[in-house]
Amino acid sequence: MSEKAAQVRIALRNCGVIDPENISDYIATDGYEALAKALFSMTPDEVIETVKKSGLRGRGGAGFPTGIKWETARKSQSDVKYVLCNADEGDPGAFMDRSLLEGDPHCILEAMALCGYAIGAQEGIIYVRAEYPLAVKHLQLAIRQAEALGLLGDNILGGDFSFHLSLYFGAGAFVCGEETSLMNSVQGGRGEPRIKPPFPAVSGLWNAPTNINNVETYANIPQIIRNGWEWFRQFGTEKSPGTKVFALAGRVNNVGLVEVPMGTPLRTIIEDIGGGIQGGRRCKAVQTGGPSGGCIPAEHLDTPIDYESLAGLGSMMGSGGMIVMDEGDCMVGIAKFYLTFTAEESCGKCTPCRIGNRRLLEMLTRITEGEGRMKDLDELDILGNIIKDTALCGLGMSSPNPAISTLRFFRDEYEAHVRDKRCPAGTCKKLVGYKILEDKCMGCTVCARNCPVSCISGARKKVHVIDQKRCVKCGVCHSKCPFDAIARG
Amino acid sequence: MTQETAEWTEPAEPAEGYPEIDALFDSLPNKNGALIPLLHKAQEVYGYLSQEIQVYVAQKLNIPAAKVFGVATFYSLFNLEKKGQFKINVCLGTACYVRGAETILAAFEKELGIDQTETTKDGMFTLDSIRCVGACGLAPVVMIDDKVYGRVTPGDVKTIVDEHLGQGGQ
Repeated sequence: MSEKAAQVRIALRNCGVIDPENISDYIATDGYEALAKALFSMTPDEVIETVKKSGLRGRGGAGFPTGIKWETARKSQSDVKYVLCNADEGDPGAFMDRSLLEGDPHCILEAMALCGYAIGAQEGIIYVRAEYPLAVKHLQLAIRQAEALGLLGDNILGGDFSFHLSLYFGAGAFVCGEETSLMNSVQGGRGEPRIKPPFPAVSGLWNAPTNINNVETYANIPQIIRNGWEWFRQFGTEKSPGTKVFALAGRVNNVGLVEVPMGTPLRTIIEDIGGGIQGGRRCKAVQTGGPSGGCIPAEHLDTPIDYESLAGLGSMMGSGGMIVMDEGDCMVGIAKFYLTFTAEESCGKCTPCRIGNRRLLEMLTRITEGEGRMKDLDELDILGNIIKDTALCGLGMSSPNPAISTLRFFRDEYEAHVRDKRCPAGTCKKLVGYKILEDKCMGCTVCARNCPVSCISGARKKVHVIDQKRCVKCGVCHSKCPFDAIARG
Repeated sequence: MTQETAEWTEPAEPAEGYPEIDALFDSLPNKNGALIPLLHKAQEVYGYLSQEIQVYVAQKLNIPAAKVFGVATFYSLFNLEKKGQFKINVCLGTACYVRGAETILAAFEKELGIDQTETTKDGMFTLDSIRCVGACGLAPVVMIDDKVYGRVTPGDVKTIVDEHLGQGGQ
C-alpha cells in the first residue's frame, strides 16, 4: 500500500493545497459555502441537528459529542454567548493544529461563525499558542480578509447575523488546554481549572454560555454542513465517525501528519503509511495521547483506532500525538519523561495532581537510577489510580496513564531495573556505562574525535581510555566505533 | 508549573512611563483580560518583566501587584530575569527526546559551562529547554532565538556555539 492509499483527508483537505494567505483560494475550494447555506437555508436548530447526527466527537481528547455541546450552549439563555477555539496545542510531539491553522485558517473561521450562528453567539476568540508565529500571522490575515468580504463582522453576507473574531495568545502553560483553565487565562488570570459543573456551555467565559472546541473538531464542521451528516458518517466507525489526524513521529521512516478514517488499525499507520521502523528494527510500543495517554505494546498493533479501543488499552486518543518506539527505547524512561512534564506543568491547584505526580516521578526516578524497590511497583499503580480518581481536571485525571500503562504491559522491564539493576534498552544512564575493550581497540581515534565532551584519550594506534567521570553516556562512541571495541553495560 | 526563583523585594518606584504599554492599553477595546496581552507586549519591548514593569502594569490595570506577579510566574514564556544575547532552547518534546535531545542538552551544558536555565557570565548565551516547537520531523531540534537547527548531533554543538560567538557583541 502506498503512503497515501490508507489516508482520507477531511480536516487536512486544503493543507498544502491552497495558498493560506489568499481567501480566494479557500473560496475556490467551496470555502464559506457552508456558512452561506446555513445562514440562508437552515435554522440554528437544523445546524445543530446536522452536527449531532454526524456523530462528530471532540478531537482534542476525550471525544465528547460536539453536537450535544452546541445544543447545551444554544439552550442556555443569555444575551451574550461566546465561541472559543482551543488552539493551545501543548502536547509535546503533536502539531496537527499548527498545520491546520497555518495551512487552512479560513476553515476554522468559517466553522466558528457556523457555531456562533447555531448557538446564538456574536463573538468568538481563538486561543492560540504564542509559540506558533506563522499560525498567528495567517489567522490575523485571514480574519482581515474575511471581514473585508463581509464573511465576518456585522451583517454577514448582508443578512442579520453578525459575528466578530479575535485572537488571544497563550503564554506557555500546558494546563491551558483544559477548557476552564483556558477561560481563566482569557480573563487575564492564572490558567487554573475549576470544578465542572457548571459546564462552559452553561457558564463559561465571563460566566456567559460558551462553546469551546479544538481546532481539528472545527475543521470538520464546514464540510459536515455542506455535504450533510450522511456523507460524514460514511467514514470511520459507528461510534467514532469521520477521520482523525495524527502526528506520527519517533522511530518510523516517514514522519509527519497522517489523516485516517477512525477504525484504521495502528499497524496500517505505522507500517504502510509510516513505512515501518527505521533501520529495520522492531516496533516495541506506540505512545498515543501525549502526556495523558499510554504506551500500547506491539502485540496490540491490530487494534482499530477509536476512542473506546484506545481507552480500553489504558491510553487515549488525546489530540493525536503518535510516537513510535523500538527496542532501543526504555519504557520506564518514557514514563519518567512524561511524568517530568506533567509534574512541571501541574498548575498546583489540587493536591492529587500537585503532590501525587511528584511522588510518582520520584518513584520512577529511583527506578531508573537502580534504587527502586519492588514495592514501588505496586505503589506506582495504587497511587496512579488514586490520582486519576481524585484530581480536579483532565490533566491530573490522565497524567498517571503513561506510568500505569507501561507498568501494565512492560512489568518485566520495570522488574529488570529494580531487581537486576539493569536497563534492557540500555538508555537509563545510571544503569549503563561504556568501556573500551583493550583487545579490540585499534587506536583509530574515531571515538575520541566524535566524543562531544572530549573525555576519550589515547595516542594514535594505542588503546584509548574513557574518562568515566566526564563521560555523559551519550553512546556516540559506541555507535561510531568501526571495530565494535566499545562495550555497553 | 516551574516556579521562578526571583524573590519579590520591596517594589521600586515605577519608572516615568512605558509608552508601548500605554499605547497597547489605550488601543484595547476591552480592558478586561488585558493583563496577559500587556505582559506579552512588555516582554517583547523590554526583553523581560522587571519588578518596575510589573508594578506599572498593576497600577495601569488597577489590580494588586501580587496578581501580576502571580500571572507572570505562572506562564513559562514570561521571564523575570534578563536573558543572554542568544537564547538557546533545546527541544525536549517527545519526538526529540526519543531521538536523543537529553544528550544534546548535556553537550550544550558542557560546552557553555552552565546548567539549564542559566546565562553565561559574559551575557552571551542563555540555555534552556522547550516543549515541542512542532518540528518533530526534524528531531532532535535546537532553537537559537528564532532559528531552528534540525537533526542536531552532539558533535554539532561546538560548531553552533562558535558560529554565534562570532556574531556576538552586535
